[in-house]
Amino acid sequence: MIVDVARQITAEKIIPQRAELDEKEEFPTEILRDIAKADLFGLYIPEEYGGFGGGSFEMVLALEEFSKGCVGIATSFAASALGAYPILVSGSDEMKDKYMPEIASGAKLAAFGLTEANAGSDASGIQTTAVLDGEEWVINGTKQWITNAGDAKIYSIIAITDRDKGPRGASMFVIEDGDPGFSYGVKEKKLGIRASSTRELIFKDCRIPKDRLIGRRGTGFFTVMKTLDLSRPGIASLGVGLGQAALDEAVLYAKQRVQFGKPVISFQAVQHILADMAIQVEAARALVYGTARHIDSGAKEISKESSMCKVMATDMAMKVTTDSVQVLAGHGYMREYPVEKMMRDAKILQIYEGTNQIQRNVIGQALNKEYSRSK
Amino acid sequence: MKIIVCVKQVPDAKDVRLDPKTNTLSREGVESIMNPFDRHALEAAVVLKEQYCGTVTAITMGPPQAEETLRDAVACGADHGVLVSDRAFAGADTWATSYTLAKAIEKLGEFDLIICGKQAIDGDTAQVGPGLAQRLDIPYVAYARKITECVDGTIRLERLMDDGYDEIEMEMPALMTVVKEINEPRVPSLKGKMKAKKMQATVLSAADIGAAPELLGLQGSNTQVVKVFSPHFSADKCMLAGTTDEMVDQLLAKLDKLL
Ligand SMILES: Cc1cc2nc3c(=O)[nH]c(=O)nc-3n(C[C@H](O)[C@H](O)[C@H](O)COP(=O)(O)OP(=O)(O)OC[C@H]3O[C@@H](n4cnc5c(N)ncnc54)[C@H](O)[C@@H]3O)c2cc1C
Ligand SMILES: Cc1cc2nc3c(=O)[nH]c(=O)nc-3n(C[C@H](O)[C@H](O)[C@H](O)COP(=O)(O)OP(=O)(O)OC[C@H]3O[C@@H](n4cnc5c(N)ncnc54)[C@H](O)[C@@H]3O)c2cc1C
Repeated sequence: MIVDVARQITAEKIIPQRAELDEKEEFPTEILRDIAKADLFGLYIPEEYGGFGGGSFEMVLALEEFSKGCVGIATSFAASALGAYPILVSGSDEMKDKYMPEIASGAKLAAFGLTEANAGSDASGIQTTAVLDGEEWVINGTKQWITNAGDAKIYSIIAITDRDKGPRGASMFVIEDGDPGFSYGVKEKKLGIRASSTRELIFKDCRIPKDRLIGRRGTGFFTVMKTLDLSRPGIASLGVGLGQAALDEAVLYAKQRVQFGKPVISFQAVQHILADMAIQVEAARALVYGTARHIDSGAKEISKESSMCKVMATDMAMKVTTDSVQVLAGHGYMREYPVEKMMRDAKILQIYEGTNQIQRNVIGQALNKEYSRSK
Repeated sequence: MKIIVCVKQVPDAKDVRLDPKTNTLSREGVESIMNPFDRHALEAAVVLKEQYCGTVTAITMGPPQAEETLRDAVACGADHGVLVSDRAFAGADTWATSYTLAKAIEKLGEFDLIICGKQAIDGDTAQVGPGLAQRLDIPYVAYARKITECVDGTIRLERLMDDGYDEIEMEMPALMTVVKEINEPRVPSLKGKMKAKKMQATVLSAADIGAAPELLGLQGSNTQVVKVFSPHFSADKCMLAGTTDEMVDQLLAKLDKLL
């Protein structure tokens, strides 16, 4: 049912508009509204907050469908979940009561602010600070490259609350659009996912009520890690959907393009490219579904699995989209066909929510821990 | 506000072909869909419900499988479906269809607004909406392209014209038929689909709606489809000459030959 609904949105709303939104670097406001009307923003949010009560698996299915149409639009949708997870993971019941229903209905879009100029892969490098002043927190600093910034209304951000406490020195907060001292930078110009918006979050003596603290003081990094563990299978599924779409385009094209008097699919060299694409897409899908089910089963340790599927599916998407352009060759390189956009869109998947190098670090460290424990 | 939307199940135009030998529609393997204009009618009703509260009831006259279209309507925001179905309705033309729908709607009780599509993509007459309004003795506007406001029992809308549009105010209860420009229909929602799965449509037979048997179906139809054929387009032209009466006779003779 989720797949049916998401597929119809992709076919009727996303695919007809994706090229224009990409070309004009335009935010997909209308399409996100369509997704909201179809109840999909509430997919992963518990029913008591107006959601559908699904888990990682439901989210992965929807994201896979959307990304067959456009990874830029799918990213805007996924980033709202990324902004909601910190509240779901660590927020109080009152905080969930306040924010979850409007995120679930899609009335308000959320976003997640971690990255800063000096804190990309190294989250501990953040310099944004939050200081308690009576009943208010005062926030100063700048977050960079934040998806949905300027279009979202609810932001989950991390700031240093006690610099000398190291890993326990940061906390997460909810910032609302319109909070005093809070503004946005200019919209970034990007290689791909151009329908998504990316801006800075600028805090200049931004004052927010005390109760905007997510969870307990000092739990910021913990919440961030938990959030990313939950969200990575979503990014992986964007890779699966994108890879599938690139494969579909390549096969259809190879069947109808005639050279040397035959459709190019009849050349074994082309068939082998297509076969390898299909193998990789299917393998990635299996790993992503397996990981989502593992998470939904209530497993405690999910970092390694979550990172593995993110690396595998997004490296796959980069390779498969590149191969798809190769099969379409000159036509593939032209903007008239959708595969050049797919190739441009694929690159981000290897970078955001932790680069694929960082994912491998996570996997390596988890292996190291596992094997020392079992001895 | 109680809104009734008339939805018709039609064969998907993309798939319909005319069998050149038998001159009948070959419906084999053709998917049935909700008449596309009726999707816009439904969306208009759901938007009104969201704005002003109320209920949306989808009604269709058709064979039992037309219930699928009612489920589709519920998935897209209708609250309930009514299937008007009876063997006696078979072969109905627009005259009999509007009679049957009118009797069924009277049976359902009070309403504020009926919304129809501009026309059905199979029958294409655009007569059922206006015919229905006539039978229910309520005002109607055809070709509505925008609903401006709906307050105090009055609805204000814009009617599409060849050379612009009319602004119209109409007392409710009333009926309107809509053109595609009125909105962008939504896709079914998750909650809607779940509701649609469980929905038990109200089924009304000829007896249930107290219809006069002689006014139903083929028997109650003033028109009959004599022959269906693919038009043959040719650039042949001919001029008729003579007095008006002579020209009329010549024209009728030519038309006769075509049938
Ligand atoms: C379009 C877009 C949208 C984004 N959206 C968001 C968002 O919504 N919220 C948010 O918080 N952030 C967002 N980001 C930021 C993104 O998560 C970071 O870009 C990413 O984490 C990498 O950081 P960096 O670009 O600073 O790379 P750097 O950390 O500077 O890395 C440079 C290179 O060094 C490698 N490297 C660094 N450290 C190590 C190491 N220890 N071991 C091995 N290799 C290493 C990296 O893999 C990379 O190849 C977004 C970025 C982009 C481009
Ligand atoms: C294959 C085929 C065979 C036919 N055979 C005959 C025949 O033998 N004899 C004959 O007299 N006529 C026949 N008809 C015509 C048929 O009776 C008309 O299709 C029907 O009366 C509706 O008219 P319409 O399709 O022109 O709808 P329109 O008047 O164009 O429809 C306008 C609107 O009215 C509403 N509406 C129309 N029909 C219904 C319905 N059933 N339930 C709910 N709402 C509805 C919808 O909102 C629709 O958008 C045939 C039609 C077809 C396609």
